[in-house]
Amino acid sequence: MLQQITGSSPAAMGVDVAQDALGAQEFLTFTLGEEEYAIDILRVQEIRGYDAVTRIANTPHFIKGVINLRGTIVPIVDLRLKFNLSDVTYSEFTVVIILSVAERVIGIVVDSVSDVITLGAEQVKPAPQFSSSVEGDHLKGIGTVDDRMLIIIDIERLLLSPSMGLTEGSVQ
Amino acid sequence: MAIDMSQFYQVFFEEAAEHLSDMESLLVEVDIGTPDPEEMNAIFRAAHSIKGSSGTFGFNDMTEVTHVMETLLDMVRKEEAELTTDIVDACLDAGDVLRNLLAAHRGEGEADREAAADVSQRLEALCQEAGRSSAGGAPAVEPVRTNETQAAASGGSHYTIEFLPTDAAGRDAEVMENLHQELSAMGRLEVLEAGEGGQCRLRLETSTDRDQIVALIEFLAQDGSLAVTAEGAGDADATDEAYGFFGDEPSEPAAEDRATQGGDEAYGFFESAEENAPASESGGDADGAYGFFDPPQVASDASPAIVQDDADGKYGFFGAVEAPAADTPPANVTSIQSGAAAEASAPKAERAREKAPAKSGAKGGDSSIRVSVEKVDQMINLVGELVITQAMLQQSASDLDPVVFERLMAGLGQLERNTRDLQESVMSIRMMPISVVFSRFPRVVRDVSRKLDKKVELKLSGESTELDKGLIERITDPLTHLIRNSLDHGIESPERRRAAGKPETGTITLNASHQSGYIIIEVGDDGAGLNRDKILSKAKERGLNVTDTMSDADVWQLIFEPGFSTADKVTDVSGRGVGMDVVKRNITDMGGSVEIESMTGVGTRMTVRLPLTLAILDGMSVAVGNETYVLPLNYIIESLQPETAQIRTLSEYGHVIQVRGEFLPVICMHEVFGIPGAQTDYMKGLMIVVEAGGNKVALFIDALLGQHQVVIKSLDTNFRRIQGISGATIMGDGQVALIIDVAGVIALSRGPAAMAA
Repeated sequence: MLQQITGSSPAAMGVDVAQDALGAQEFLTFTLGEEEYAIDILRVQEIRGYDAVTRIANTPHFIKGVINLRGTIVPIVDLRLKFNLSDVTYSEFTVVIILSVAERVIGIVVDSVSDVITLGAEQVKPAPQFSSSVEGDHLKGIGTVDDRMLIIIDIERLLLSPSMGLTEGSVQ
Repeated sequence: MAIDMSQFYQVFFEEAAEHLSDMESLLVEVDIGTPDPEEMNAIFRAAHSIKGSSGTFGFNDMTEVTHVMETLLDMVRKEEAELTTDIVDACLDAGDVLRNLLAAHRGEGEADREAAADVSQRLEALCQEAGRSSAGGAPAVEPVRTNETQAAASGGSHYTIEFLPTDAAGRDAEVMENLHQELSAMGRLEVLEAGEGGQCRLRLETSTDRDQIVALIEFLAQDGSLAVTAEGAGDADATDEAYGFFGDEPSEPAAEDRATQGGDEAYGFFESAEENAPASESGGDADGAYGFFDPPQVASDASPAIVQDDADGKYGFFGAVEAPAADTPPANVTSIQSGAAAEASAPKAERAREKAPAKSGAKGGDSSIRVSVEKVDQMINLVGELVITQAMLQQSASDLDPVVFERLMAGLGQLERNTRDLQESVMSIRMMPISVVFSRFPRVVRDVSRKLDKKVELKLSGESTELDKGLIERITDPLTHLIRNSLDHGIESPERRRAAGKPETGTITLNASHQSGYIIIEVGDDGAGLNRDKILSKAKERGLNVTDTMSDADVWQLIFEPGFSTADKVTDVSGRGVGMDVVKRNITDMGGSVEIESMTGVGTRMTVRLPLTLAILDGMSVAVGNETYVLPLNYIIESLQPETAQIRTLSEYGHVIQVRGEFLPVICMHEVFGIPGAQTDYMKGLMIVVEAGGNKVALFIDALLGQHQVVIKSLDTNFRRIQGISGATIMGDGQVALIIDVAGVIALSRGPAAMAA
């Protein structure tokens, strides 16, 4: 566990991340409740409103269903439900981030999208070690910009983890 | 040479592969005792075509093997030798060798020269044996390539051929040398000007059609520089209408005479008949007796003299077909032609394929083309989008006043019909009957059962079931393995079968069908069945997590574990590299599944379920609560408004409905899918009677919305499979609707019921 976290410092993040020569990389930040999250910008395909989701029976409650994204069937996950936030409403301002992970297209619902920021290697600290959380796996580190604290998550690992129920063979 | 020929290699490869598989399937089916002359001819023709074209392309190793095989087949065909199992075996092996050589030429794998030499020798020995035993004496085996001039016997037109070689051809002496060879194969060739760096002038005396000469040289000559002029006919009889393309073989003067005398309507062999479309027409007038495959004629074919007389009003197919038997060059010409057609070579290749089976007549023509799969896929995708757009338009227009917008409405109606037709025809392009795959299995069964000393009969059914070409290619290997597995582990030896009171001959059944939007392929055998105890003990040995109380189905699935084998000894049948785990993986990769049913002593049945990749289905959209689902139309038997008296409660099993004397279980869709706000009063909703997998049930829904044609979109692409849902589709308003997997829904509804019981 410890090894995994120290191993995921920016220098070791590998090729799947937008990095310039100095080790800086770009993130899309969004909010979920009080917290601000950051994900690798290269995983983001587009941002759109929450609309016309077709519910699918017998799936976890945070899987809202599927939408028609220009002819492609795309599942939508509400991260607010996944992260057990209390205040979950859907309005015309609800935002869906369409991500492209592991050759799949998946949409996530978040409270709001903030901005795109560049974080240098020195701005990213390793994530603290959580005692029992296997879910902590998808935490890549904590980024600091001025007084903001950004939770950097490995969105691919999060979405493809069995507990998400998005992939074949995952538990429901 | 390579520059000019390489583009035709592909055509040759495809053609040869087709001929090989035709030949193989015919050989496997042929009745050894009383071979059908028609079939023998077809086999012979396939071998002949391969020989001819391989010679043309300089693949001499293939030519050598086919030459001997052809000689042997020719003797059988003419009933100079009796067809024996040895001959069939040798020919089948030769086919394998040829395939190997072909693959090597393609740059896939190594050529096994030893095997080629072996099989040639074997065939040669059979030839000699057959030659000795035949009373009349067989014609001597001719050298593979005869370069000596041959036209003398027949006489024919004199052509002067003038052309400027293309730069590539002119530089390469080999090209010209080959050309000279091809031409001299047609008749007597005189080289007037060798064309060193410039004009070529040749003089050819031949009965071959001018067009064929042109086609042969065309691609070597610079544009517009080719001139082939006839100097005057030698023997009018022979040339006028004698399409006896092969009629000028000195090796077979009898045949040639026949072609000549019967020249009026003797259409000779396939190629010329096709090349000369007008001739075919005129043939139509001739007595109307096509007699192409006229059985009586076939029978009389043994004595050529009869054919000769017959030739007058008939196509003289068999008369003429014998002529080419002894020599290659005519076939060389054929394939050069198809090469020379350059860009148009694709249609030619298709035509060649059509020619191969005996039953395709000489109608020919450009009836098919080869197209790359990507182009078809692109078209299918575009049509899929078109269907969605059309549905959206229809939806938008439904709010308009049909009186005011009458013309628009009419246009939309037309569009809908056209779209539907277009879609159907486009979809059918990619679909191929599964017989393409099945046809190779008789051979597999034959070979393997011999190797294992077992008696096995293969029964095929549902061969016309169509599935996507992509799936066809990928299902072949897994299916082959399943069949080999059944042969090796399923079917017992004749002694053991006898002891078990079963017929000595085991049966393997192979069945394909469409079911609930899936292709179901069943491989069944009436063998010993799987041995539960053996599998379990083996699994324990391997440290797999198993218990004695596992269900049979779970135990059977263990055989798909990597490296799992219950075979006591590894035979070369089961040790062929592809394990059952690979079978399972391949099938899962295609989005399918494999199920096993087995009963000790009775047999085993493996069921492969494959989804249709992209398909369109006729669906009924139904409303449940405020959700819309699509029910595939082919499951629906009827829909009805239930009456109180029809519904009965069956204690904890739920409700049943009585429909015309039958009691059907009621499945409430809103319960299965947990849909809030749906109609719960049976009297206010609708019952749809559906049947899937032998189960008839009534689905309770709120209302029927309408019938549509929908494009199936896979949920797996970005998501995963959901039980009870076979896919999704996009409705006219852009919304996603889920397609109900009826069999899945029945299974879902039984889950809780079974638990309660």
